[in-house]
Amino acid sequence: MNSRIVFFVVLAALLAAPLTGIGKYPLHLMVMGLLWAFIYTSWSIMGRLGMVSFGHGAFLGVGAYTVVLLWNLWGISPWIGAVVAVAITLVLAFMIGYPCFRFRIVGHYFALVTLALSEVVRLIIVGLRDQTGGSLGITPKSAMTDGATVSISALQFSNKLVWFYIMVGCWLFALYVWRRVDQSMQRLALQAISEDEDAASSVGIDVNRTKLAVTLLSAAMTCVGGVLYAQYQLYINPETVSGIGISLQMVFGVIAGGMFVMLGPTVGAVFLLVLSESLRVLIGNEILGVDITIYGLLLILFIIYMPKGILGAILARFGDAR
Amino acid sequence: MNQIFDIFLLEAVLNGVLLGGLLALLALGLNLIFGVIDVVWICYAELMMIGMYCIWWLHVEAGLSLWIAFPAGVLAIAALGAGMHHFVIRPVLTAEPINQLLVTGGVLFFLQAIATVVFGVEFRNIGVRLPSIIVGDLNFSLARVLSFVIAIGAIGATYLFLSRTYLGTAIRAISQDRAIMPLMGVNPSRIYLMTSAMGGGMAGLAACLLVLQYDVHPAIGLSFGPITFMICVLGGLGNLIGGFVAAFVFAQFISVGGFFFQLEWGYVLAFAFFIVMMFWKPEGLLSRRR
Repeated sequence: MNSRIVFFVVLAALLAAPLTGIGKYPLHLMVMGLLWAFIYTSWSIMGRLGMVSFGHGAFLGVGAYTVVLLWNLWGISPWIGAVVAVAITLVLAFMIGYPCFRFRIVGHYFALVTLALSEVVRLIIVGLRDQTGGSLGITPKSAMTDGATVSISALQFSNKLVWFYIMVGCWLFALYVWRRVDQSMQRLALQAISEDEDAASSVGIDVNRTKLAVTLLSAAMTCVGGVLYAQYQLYINPETVSGIGISLQMVFGVIAGGMFVMLGPTVGAVFLLVLSESLRVLIGNEILGVDITIYGLLLILFIIYMPKGILGAILARFGDAR
Repeated sequence: MNQIFDIFLLEAVLNGVLLGGLLALLALGLNLIFGVIDVVWICYAELMMIGMYCIWWLHVEAGLSLWIAFPAGVLAIAALGAGMHHFVIRPVLTAEPINQLLVTGGVLFFLQAIATVVFGVEFRNIGVRLPSIIVGDLNFSLARVLSFVIAIGAIGATYLFLSRTYLGTAIRAISQDRAIMPLMGVNPSRIYLMTSAMGGGMAGLAACLLVLQYDVHPAIGLSFGPITFMICVLGGLGNLIGGFVAAFVFAQFISVGGFFFQLEWGYVLAFAFFIVMMFWKPEGLLSRRR
């Protein structure tokens, strides 16, 4: 009960924060933090149950590129584009998930198969360079004619405040889903599965169906994350929305925050964002790569010395068994 | 017209074979490490990238002859492999498998970024251009043929080492049963370190062969890394012979696919083939049981 009150107070403070007239840059950071928190939480819904996917970049890429391509090539509204994107993602996730679970591809093998998937999506995006612009990336055509600042049909808003509330909504939705999965029978089933599949199936759990359901859910939410990313940033390229880099970053974010607690992925998202932004500001762009060097080094140290993640370690220390 | 087409296709197939030798060498190093230590080094191709920079630096900046630069590069990367094991893998040996995978992913970022810091993003080459060999109507680059021969030689040497020497036997034994070997008086941590150095050395050798054919840039590891571990998984992780066969299959997809379409589509085909194969034979190409 107590933690619920704390949660609502913090939430109210978060919702009110942009109204106090903070600048554009802090607001942008908050939007990005919430977006990544949404995506990381979506990833962790399946990751925490033993299905560690290195391929969520594929779903992010499908989301981002489907809406932008449909909009740019045929002028189809991102609202419809998002539905198409989620449909493609579900098919893709099913195509990968079903055989993987059917044939018991777990652990290293699952991670590497999904990694191959995200590389396939990246290479297809690069390969279709006549439509997608290849490695140079693509910008959705602006719908802001005659000084308009809002175009609901094109899902473009020049006011970051609108995006802020959209992201808060998505993030809360992801936390809600996380909690629902956490409290459902499925979670118990899946935890049993992640510990011992044979034992779980011997007590009557439909292992494949349960795993598949969680995978589809997680993939679809990640795809929505990709749509939001494209519509907010108004620029995407194959490296930032798919491929190894972003897929690993998602996993890192979740591990850094703490995979087994609800707010862990959120903490991870905020941590990675603050880290990369402060490194960028402190070091500047004079010497290319210094920020990523430190970033990589910190990630290595993190995994070695804090395998439970920031929030996980804090909770373990203070004995809060949530 | 048909005649010319066939000759180019034959050339693509043969070039695929030549590429296969190189990929087989990389896959062997990664497989050896996985088979013994049970950790997949996602950053394996980045070791190779660092090796290429080492050779480039020794030859172009320090002005050493290639005959010194090549062995020095191999030794440096072997040392890097041992260091990688000592400082990064050893602390997480008992951690969750996912943490082990991820920590090597962190090394990937780190090595790539540090290469960018030190050498910049420009493409570098050692300025050695080997001539082409012309056999009938076919055209091969000498560098490719050379790298194929050396890669196959190195693989043969590794095979002999593993089957004929005491240390090789210990390595094979520990990959079969990690728990029993210490009881038999073998010090696993020493074997781990040796294996990591050997794996690193192979990445260094691959660097020597690649630096003759390609320009070096910080992202070059990314074009070989994913391929390498797909090959290892396709052959069955830790299965050295399976990895060898899979390397040639993969190289054909890339080379012939790239011949009919564009290079990326060759890779897409190879990856798609990989995913299909995972469902057909999840234990690897050469597995008997499903």
